[in-house]
Amino acid sequence: MEGNFLTGFCRIHERKIVTHAQSFPASTEPLSEFLDGMYSKVMRDYPKFYKMDTLSKLGVLATEFVVGEKDLTMYAPEEVAVVLANKHASLDTDLAFQKSIDKMASPALFVYTLPNIVTGEICIRNGWKGENAFFIQETFDLEFHTHYVNSLLETGNTKACLAGWVDVIGEDHDVFLYLVEKVNRKGSVEHSKENLFNLYTQ
Amino acid sequence: MADLKVQIIEALNMKHLKPEDIGDDQPLFVKGLGLDSIDALELIVMMQQQYGIKINDPKEGPQVFQTVRTMAEYITANKNA
Repeated sequence: MEGNFLTGFCRIHERKIVTHAQSFPASTEPLSEFLDGMYSKVMRDYPKFYKMDTLSKLGVLATEFVVGEKDLTMYAPEEVAVVLANKHASLDTDLAFQKSIDKMASPALFVYTLPNIVTGEICIRNGWKGENAFFIQETFDLEFHTHYVNSLLETGNTKACLAGWVDVIGEDHDVFLYLVEKVNRKGSVEHSKENLFNLYTQ
Repeated sequence: MADLKVQIIEALNMKHLKPEDIGDDQPLFVKGLGLDSIDALELIVMMQQQYGIKINDPKEGPQVFQTVRTMAEYITANKNA
């Protein structure tokens, strides 16, 4: 099989996590407690997580599941790209920051009032320094993403790309991140619009 | 100083720590607790909100925020100033 491959994914929706390797039943906790709880189950070695805004927590946690046990040391830091999109940009944090201004503006919130900060947090955590882009779109545009990621992998320096959708506003969250590589790992499927649709909507 | 440690943990979202995990004389920045420049700004906000203390001279910052003890001493000296 030629082309590029989906070698891992993570879906977080309605406080339920499904990945290529495991799934966690839906939680009834508030989103912030759910995310902090998942951190203490699956990460534990990155206390900076607690300081992040919800968008970054969702992105970093989902990436942790996408990468999982995969050995990505074959790639130079500059060869791993990150391409993300969402609908609400950083509005969730923007509103929290606006609220904090009533008392005293929070510097820790202010630094998260850009949507692409989640990209930076993911790259810092994983040591990636490749191409990155963050798009604001009305819905997750599968065709656009498939084409954009394939273009990155077929031109330039990129050999692997974390891509997908990470959106949050209040308690509503919708996350689907996945890794696309040129190598065919065990359990991989072809990187295609149809396969992405099936995984996103399952 | 125990109350101050609780306030620091809350202000900086350090949910992985308990007050007793922070030594009175443990450096707060770099190799100590590993706080960064954004944390320093949050500590300044916390001092103003909790104790009504403003640090007017930025040069004082490194000395004031050296450890929990230096913070406590600064608060005690300036609370009713």
